[in-house]
Amino acid sequence: MSFDVPDDLRYLDSHEWARVDDTSVRIGISEFAQDELGDVVFVDLPNEGDALTAGEDFGVVESIKAVSDIYAPVSGTVVAANDDLADRPELVNEDPYGDGWLIEVQLSDESELDDLLSAEEYRDQIA
Amino acid sequence: MTLRQPPLTAAHEASGATLTEFGGWEMPVEFDSIRAEHEAVRESVGRFDVSHMSQLTVSGPDARRLTNRLVTNDVADLDPGESNYAAVTDDRGAMLDDTVVYRPPEAWSVDADYLVVPNAGHDDEMADRWVDHRESWELDATVENRTESFAMVALQGPDARELLAAETDADLGELGRFETTVGDVAGVETLVSRTGYTGEPGYELIYPWDEAETVWSALDCPPCGLGARDTLRLEMGFLLSGQDFDPEENPRNPYEAGIGFAVDLDSEFVGRDALEGVDVEGVDEKLRGIELVDRGVPRAGYPVASTDGERLGEITSGTMSPTLGRGIGLAYLPVGVGLDESVRVEVRGEPKKARTTATPFLDR
Repeated sequence: MSFDVPDDLRYLDSHEWARVDDTSVRIGISEFAQDELGDVVFVDLPNEGDALTAGEDFGVVESIKAVSDIYAPVSGTVVAANDDLADRPELVNEDPYGDGWLIEVQLSDESELDDLLSAEEYRDQIA
Repeated sequence: MTLRQPPLTAAHEASGATLTEFGGWEMPVEFDSIRAEHEAVRESVGRFDVSHMSQLTVSGPDARRLTNRLVTNDVADLDPGESNYAAVTDDRGAMLDDTVVYRPPEAWSVDADYLVVPNAGHDDEMADRWVDHRESWELDATVENRTESFAMVALQGPDARELLAAETDADLGELGRFETTVGDVAGVETLVSRTGYTGEPGYELIYPWDEAETVWSALDCPPCGLGARDTLRLEMGFLLSGQDFDPEENPRNPYEAGIGFAVDLDSEFVGRDALEGVDVEGVDEKLRGIELVDRGVPRAGYPVASTDGERLGEITSGTMSPTLGRGIGLAYLPVGVGLDESVRVEVRGEPKKARTTATPFLDR
């Protein structure tokens, strides 16, 4: 099975994606990751104003069968969390790159973006 | 260690199932979506490969005495075509396993006065137990481990009867719960039992290993894996051997585990005297249902505490209930903690509001 890996995103080898828009970054998990997890039933996210550190976990995605930590691709401050996931965690399965996004972060160190995987590199990893 | 494979492995791989280790077997955990499989069983019908369940046949003049002395329920009164649920206990009364004991109909061509179906991976242990006790009690019975002689498929859900009736000549109309008949299913001689572990009406089919795919593929409904089996059984508060009780890690007697109904103290069996003592004196802890009020998913091992923070026990099985949309679990709690009491479940270090509840969680 091949999974969608959009070219305009950057990735972590732990399967998070980052969509960079000026200095804010939207974060979610990849289609591959949601498929591995199965039916997502609960998402625990940080609050607005919380600080994230690149490489450290900031929340969890739970499916019926597993609990999975989610890791921050970049450091910064949370400026938004996807409130829709409280009632509809299945959005992570249905639309991982769209309505199933997790949080938005105000980037504190742009150079961290260089450490993330390109779509091509990430595709190679999950192949 | 090489995992044992059910006779339907090729069919599961062709279906794109995700496989996992369970009780020493490689079994499908999920075909497409646990939620969809769960809903199929609650709302219509689904089929499970449960060929990993253990199967022992016991035959001969003392088959009845031997089996009756090794399980907590009275199987001596079973007529051909009847079965019952029982525990297998040690002399402390601790549960080694739980099982269904069948007295197969005489029409079944397999030589068996009793068919004992313990859990996956317990076949050698239980066969040894039957043989050892046969020797020490000097009884005349043949015990055979037939686990890899039979395929076993569970067809479960409100539409199970209609689907099975179209594929079999067995008379399903009169078949009551825990009753068993024999008939052809898709042309294969099959022991058809009105049993299951989902809370839904349904059947368990036991038939020759080599015919596994013939029957499986004739039952045209969604295949379901161990993931859905777990959420379905947990919504009913049914026990999972090795998790909700374990003779080494978490020894529990049937009264603590809420299956006192499967103990017949008028019967003589290993553990009876210990259990009589428990019946008289009562238990200190009892398995309770836990429903989360806050959002979150209770998992096995999560601590359960009072609202004051006093530790009461821990979750033995937990999940997000697909039917209720709420986190549910089981935990052994002190008997002083009643039903509908507020407690806390510590989810990754954070106390979440929960309440104790009777099981089953669903009205079935």
